[in-house]
Amino acid sequence: MNNPNKKSAEAHRGLQSFLYSPKIAPYVFISPFVLVFIVFFIYPVISTGIMSFQTVLPGKTEFIGVENYTNLFNPTFLKAVQNSVVYTILTLVLLIPGPMILACFLNSKNMIGKNFFRSTLFIPALTSAVVATTIFRLIFGELSGSLMNQIIGLFGFKPIKWLRIQETSFAALVFLACWRWTGVNILYFLSGLQNIPEEVNESASLDGATVWQRFFYITMPMLRPITIYVLTISIYGGMSMFTESYMLWGSNKSPKDMGLTIIGYLYRQGWEQNNIGFGCAIGIVLLLFALLLNFAQLNLFGLFRKEE
Amino acid sequence: MKKVVAKLASLLLAGTMLAGCSGGGAPAADTAKNAAETKSETDKAAVSADGAPIELWTFQEIHTGFYEKMATIWNEQNPDRKIKINFTVLPYDDLHSKLLIALQSGVGAPDIADIEIGKFANYLKGDPQLLPLNDVLDPEVKSRVEIYGKDGQYYGVCFHIGASVTYYNKEILDQAGVDPASIVTWDDFRAAGKVVLEKTGVPMTTAETADPWSFWPMLASQGGDLLKPDGSPDVDSPAFIKAITFVQDMIKEGSIVTAPGGFHHAEEYYGFMNNGGAASISMPLWYMGRFTDYMPDLNQKMIIAPNPVWEKGQPRSIGLGGTGTAVTNQAKDPQLAKDFLAFAKISKEGNIEIWKTLGFDPIRTEVWDMPEIKEPNKFTDYFLNSPFDVLTQIKDEIPAINNGENLPKVMDALKTTTLFRAFEDLEDPAALVAEEQSKLN
Repeated sequence: MNNPNKKSAEAHRGLQSFLYSPKIAPYVFISPFVLVFIVFFIYPVISTGIMSFQTVLPGKTEFIGVENYTNLFNPTFLKAVQNSVVYTILTLVLLIPGPMILACFLNSKNMIGKNFFRSTLFIPALTSAVVATTIFRLIFGELSGSLMNQIIGLFGFKPIKWLRIQETSFAALVFLACWRWTGVNILYFLSGLQNIPEEVNESASLDGATVWQRFFYITMPMLRPITIYVLTISIYGGMSMFTESYMLWGSNKSPKDMGLTIIGYLYRQGWEQNNIGFGCAIGIVLLLFALLLNFAQLNLFGLFRKEE
Repeated sequence: MKKVVAKLASLLLAGTMLAGCSGGGAPAADTAKNAAETKSETDKAAVSADGAPIELWTFQEIHTGFYEKMATIWNEQNPDRKIKINFTVLPYDDLHSKLLIALQSGVGAPDIADIEIGKFANYLKGDPQLLPLNDVLDPEVKSRVEIYGKDGQYYGVCFHIGASVTYYNKEILDQAGVDPASIVTWDDFRAAGKVVLEKTGVPMTTAETADPWSFWPMLASQGGDLLKPDGSPDVDSPAFIKAITFVQDMIKEGSIVTAPGGFHHAEEYYGFMNNGGAASISMPLWYMGRFTDYMPDLNQKMIIAPNPVWEKGQPRSIGLGGTGTAVTNQAKDPQLAKDFLAFAKISKEGNIEIWKTLGFDPIRTEVWDMPEIKEPNKFTDYFLNSPFDVLTQIKDEIPAINNGENLPKVMDALKTTTLFRAFEDLEDPAALVAEEQSKLN
C-alpha cells in the first residue's frame, strides 16, 4: 500500500544524493557553459576545419583536398596578412608602453584630477566601433574642409587624401586604435599597479632609488603578468581587426587593398564572393597564426616556466 | 478560439523574451527565431482576414513603398488571392550574407528577396536555391531578366533598365559657351573639356576610382565589357586599354579629376558636385535620385544627354546596375509569390508605378511614352529635360552587360585596385591591365 510513497521517497533520496554528490554536482553546475561551448565553439571550429577542404555550395558540396589552402598563395592574401601583421605590431608598440606610463601617472598620489582622467580616458572604449570609425572617416576626409586637413593647413601644408595613401591611411587606423583602446589598457595596468605593495616602493626610495629605477626595477617586473595578458589579447585583437577597416572606407574595399585585413579577406571571399570553403581555409590559417604568435610570445616571456 | 491562440502566443513570446534576457548573446538569436515563429503562427491564424503573408527582404527602404502600393492594387484585383507583405529592411551587406546562409542551410529564407545585380551571381552558384520565373516572364522584358539567368532559367526581375547617360551642368557649359548637343564623340568631349577648363577653371568631369559606373559605358560603346560572353574576366581587352588611356590623358590635361571620396556616391562627391565642382557626370538614370536628394543647389541646372561615343553609330548607352527580385525555394506559396512579383515588376501598372515612386527607367519600354509617364514629379521638376526624351533617342542602343559567376570577383578588383591604379596612380595602362587580368584568372 505504501509502495508509491516509498518509491518517491527513494527517488527523492536518489536525486538528493546525486545533487549533493561532490563528484557529480560540479559537472551539473558547469554543464550550461560546457554545452554552450560545445555548440557555439567546438562544433563551429570542427565544421570550419572540414569545410576548409570543401567547396560549399547548395547541392554541390564536395571535398577538393587542399586546393583552398594552395589558393591562399596569392598577392591579395599576402597583402592582407602583411596589413594585419603591421597593424598588430604598430598597436603593440604604441598601446603597451603608452598606457603603462599613463597608468603610473594615474596611480601616483601627486596626480591632480585622477578620477576625471580615469573616466575620460575610458569613454572612447564605450563608444561603438562603427560610430567612432564613421567620425574618424570624416575627420580624415580628403577635402580641404576636413578636420585633419584644416589642422595641417594651419602649418601651411596642402590637403592630403588621407585614406588613399598607404602610410596616412595606416596612421589613421592606428590613431583610431590608440584613441579607442588606451583607456582599456590603462585600466588593466591600473589594476596591476594597485596590486604592487606600497612597502616595496617605499623601501626602494628609502634606499635612494630614483623614480626611473623604481619604474624599471620594481613596477615593470611586477606588472609582468598583466603585461603578458594585455600583449596576448592585443595580438588577438590586432590580427582579427575588421570593423575599423571596413567602416573607415565605408565598405570592405579600400584602394589597392591598403586597409584589407585577414578577416576582411575572409569576409570578401566567404560572403561577398560566396566561396565559403575558401573563407574557412582563411579562418583556419588565421587561427593557427594567432595561436602560433601567442604561443611563441608566452613562451618567450616565460609564462610556461615554473615560478622559482 | 483566435483570442486564445493569440494569448498563448503572447505568453510564449513573453516567456522566450525573459529567457532571452537571462541568456548570453548567442542564445538570444534562437529566442528571436522562436519569437518570429510564434509571430508567423499568429499571422497564419489571421490569414483569412488580411491575406496570405509574404515575407519580403530588401536593402532599400524606398522599395517597400513601391511594393506596398502594388500589394494594395493586387488585393483589389485578386480578392480571392489576397496577400499581406511583411517587410524586412536590412543593410546591403547584411541582406546578402543572411540570404546566402538561409539558402545554403535551407531554413529562414523569405518568400521574396531583392538581390543586387553585383551579388546575384553568388546565388546562382551550385544548384540555385531560387525559383525559375520563366513561366511568369514576358518576352518584352527579356534583356533585363537574362542578366539574372543561368542555363536558360531566369531567376530575377529587374526594377529598371539603368540606362547610362551623361548629366551636364548647363550653367557651367553656358559660361564656357559649350552646347551639350554638340558633344557626340569623346573627341568632342575632350575638346569641350579644354574650353570649359580654360573659361571656368572647372574640370569637365570626374573619374571614379572605387566604382565602375562611369567607366563601364566607355567599354560598352566599343563592344567591350567586364566579362567575356562566356563569363570569363575580360579586363585586358584593347577596349579597356583605350578607355583608360583616354581618361588618363584628360586627367593629365586637367579636365578630368578623380571623384572626391573615390566614387559618385561619396558624401565628399555630393558636396563637390553640388558646389559646381565639375561640368558633367556619366551615371545610369537611377542616379537622378541622388541629384534630387543630395544636390539641391543644382536644381534646374542639369540637363540629361546621351553618353559620348568613340565613333558615331556606336551604342550610346548600356544598362547598368539593378536589383533582381527573386522568389526563393522556401516560399510558402511559390505560385502566389511569383504571380505577385510578375504583377509588381513586369505589368504595365507596375512599370508606371516604378517610375512614379522610385524614379527608375522602367524595363517595359512601351510605357515610356504613355501619358502617365509625362505627369510632373520631383524628377521632371528638377532636370531641364525629361529622361524619357533621352531614353526614346537611345532606345535601341542600351545593351545589357554580361553577367556570370565571375562578376563579383571582377567588380571587387575594379573597385579596389584596377581603377585606382589607373586614375590615381596613372600607371601604364597595358602593363596594368595585363597584371590585373592575371590576378583574376
